[in-house]
Amino acid sequence: MTQESVLILTLAGAIGTGTPLVFAAIGGVISERAGVINLGMEGMMLIGAVTTFLVVNKTGSPLLGFIAGGIAGALLALIHATLAISLRANQIVCGLALTIFGTGLASFIGKPIEGAGLEKSFSKLKIPFLSDIPAVGPVLFKQDGLVYFSWFVALLASLYLNRTRTGLSLRAVGENPATADAMGLSVVRMRYAHVIIGGLLAGFGGSYVILRIVPAWSQAGTTNGIGWIALALVVFASWRPLRVIGGAYLFGVALQANFALQAKGITVIPAEFLAMLPYLLTVVILVVLTANRRTRGAGAPAALGLPFVRDER
Amino acid sequence: MIAARHISKSFPGVLANQDVSFDVSAGEVHSLLGENGAGKSTLAAILTGLYQPDAGHVELNGARVALKSPRHGLALGIGMVHQHFRLVSQFTVAENISLGDRKQNWILSTKKVEDAVREIGERYGLPVDPRARISELTVGEQQRVEIIKTLYRGAQILLLDEPTSVLTPQEVTTLFDSVRTLASEGKSVIFISHKLGEVMDISDRVTVMRDGKVVGNTAVADTSREELARMMVGRDVDLSAIRATKPAGAPLLEVRGLTAKSARSHVSNASIVVKAGEIVGIAGVSGNGQRALAEGIAGLTPLIDGHVTICGTDVTSKGSIAARKAGLSYVPEDRNGTGLAPSLSISENMLLTEDLPFLVNHKSAVAKAEEAITTYSIKTPGASTATRMLSGGNVQKVLLARELGHDPQVLIVSSPTWGLDVGAVEFVRSKLNELRSQGRAILLISEDLDEVRALSDRIYVIFEGKIVMECPGEGADVTTLGLAMAGASA
Repeated sequence: MTQESVLILTLAGAIGTGTPLVFAAIGGVISERAGVINLGMEGMMLIGAVTTFLVVNKTGSPLLGFIAGGIAGALLALIHATLAISLRANQIVCGLALTIFGTGLASFIGKPIEGAGLEKSFSKLKIPFLSDIPAVGPVLFKQDGLVYFSWFVALLASLYLNRTRTGLSLRAVGENPATADAMGLSVVRMRYAHVIIGGLLAGFGGSYVILRIVPAWSQAGTTNGIGWIALALVVFASWRPLRVIGGAYLFGVALQANFALQAKGITVIPAEFLAMLPYLLTVVILVVLTANRRTRGAGAPAALGLPFVRDER
Repeated sequence: MIAARHISKSFPGVLANQDVSFDVSAGEVHSLLGENGAGKSTLAAILTGLYQPDAGHVELNGARVALKSPRHGLALGIGMVHQHFRLVSQFTVAENISLGDRKQNWILSTKKVEDAVREIGERYGLPVDPRARISELTVGEQQRVEIIKTLYRGAQILLLDEPTSVLTPQEVTTLFDSVRTLASEGKSVIFISHKLGEVMDISDRVTVMRDGKVVGNTAVADTSREELARMMVGRDVDLSAIRATKPAGAPLLEVRGLTAKSARSHVSNASIVVKAGEIVGIAGVSGNGQRALAEGIAGLTPLIDGHVTICGTDVTSKGSIAARKAGLSYVPEDRNGTGLAPSLSISENMLLTEDLPFLVNHKSAVAKAEEAITTYSIKTPGASTATRMLSGGNVQKVLLARELGHDPQVLIVSSPTWGLDVGAVEFVRSKLNELRSQGRAILLISEDLDEVRALSDRIYVIFEGKIVMECPGEGADVTTLGLAMAGASA
């Protein structure tokens, strides 16, 4: 293998590895922009993954599996919404509880299929002309349809947040719910809707893992903690959907580095250390962002994590 | 144009409005005058549709209407500008005005809103840049945005709730010009206030409320400040200026070249002296470094530069305990938060500034708190009530009781009467005056220029963290002070 092709393969692989992060982190952005932190993302991804696996092997349709995975994530998010919005539970605690619950439930549902392989999946979709561009083509435009769909989702989320009336309302609900309420908007309804959309996208992220990255069910090892990385990515991207893409692929490279270097026969750095890299990167980025006065909390919705109670007198 | 007919409204334990009637015609500026808790806000909430009356009804242009919500009220042309602005500070002016506007297309076109903002601004003398972020605007400009917002929605009747409490004297003048323009265009303005001078200045007619009832309704031309004050409080009140009767003694608080930062407040190179038997006022619009100044002196934030001496002891950057030991007490603006721990009880809060043994004697603390409750006539169910449950005036009394309990030589008070009703204001002022005559040194930091002028023997003006002016309190001119507060160099 030539040096170039290894690099291109690594980068193309990084995009694949980064795609679940794109879905999940945009879900996180949408939920957090409405003021609700979703620490249950890892659980939603796992539920999404196991649902996709079962549906694909039952129906033979990867598309149906992908949709079902999203719906499963959304259903789990509905529980989060009920606890965090209607019952005004502490968002951190119930998010964590949902991750534990989601992980457990996914393992339980997945018990009979432990170790089994996925029977059918999406294949790569070459985009004519664009995929012929040297270097860029094979990296960006020889991916599967879901990668292109994730770009579309990011673009749509960005336009929705910044250019539409509902997006404006959504941001107001996350920044200053009392004002939004005074302007006649339903804070509760807006928050429910966007937490559920966030769960849908996290579910999609989980589906992508099982469909394209690890096509066999292996309990919590399936997502291997990337729900948490997605959560850090939301902060890293300053709550902006388009910035999520860049960040996700950066993490994609970190997740791929292990395989890439092994493929090149470089073993100076132990594989275990390389496997640690993405999580280390998460910690480093968060420390850097929080240590710097200017970037700390930059773009964070002002009412993030705060339950809304209308002040009647 | 709009009228209230025999409205009554009660909340658990309170009869907020009792058979209240009043009416406003087109082109009229009508003031609702009353102390805190007199029922003005409840009436306003009923007129805008936030609350539904228990009895009575609202009439609009002679027809009876049942207002279901503020949105419904606004659709019928009744708009309210709240004392605490309903703006999203991270949004631009145009975005705030678009928020919740159902006439907007799903895809926003900010251009249209921006044009409308400019047009309304020109017409009514409310200039504001539609693309500016709210957080970049001054408080006066934010208020303009609120007014434009209601006008943009087609309000014919505007309720302004305590609109001048946050403004400089110049901004008040500008606001009043706009209000007059609005009235001359046939809009009705309901001006809710407890400030007599302003009510006399701006209104055509006044309705005075006390204890949930209307106690007077008169044209401004037919009344006087004194008469309105008597109606409002129910007895004669004296809030006239009080000065030191004895010449000031030795300096007790000396601040030289103080430079400090605290939260979003900064102060640079401030030099202040307060002598025994003197009240020195710091006048300035909120957010011009008052907090950093006070916290720098009180040892709550380390000084970047400068020196602080309290009763001859150098306490520069030695921390708040050293400052207290030297004889300082500090009553911050943020009473429930910086001043008191809101979830702790009155007695526990009273203990916070004491040197305590390892085991706390609650019994004696409660006894002490009960004593304070009697001497300061604090209205509370008991000494074990959490301070967040108390009303503003009572919270301030708890804080004063604790701070004055240390018998301080030097006292810093920040906005001591903000949000208090006239009775409580009178109490706080007489307390400060009493301390002055006992030969204590008092630094009074306040946005309320009337208060600074009424109490201070000397006045400093602070603007953008610098002391820009010093003058005697006696005969201090509002215009000169106001200009200095707004940064215009004399």
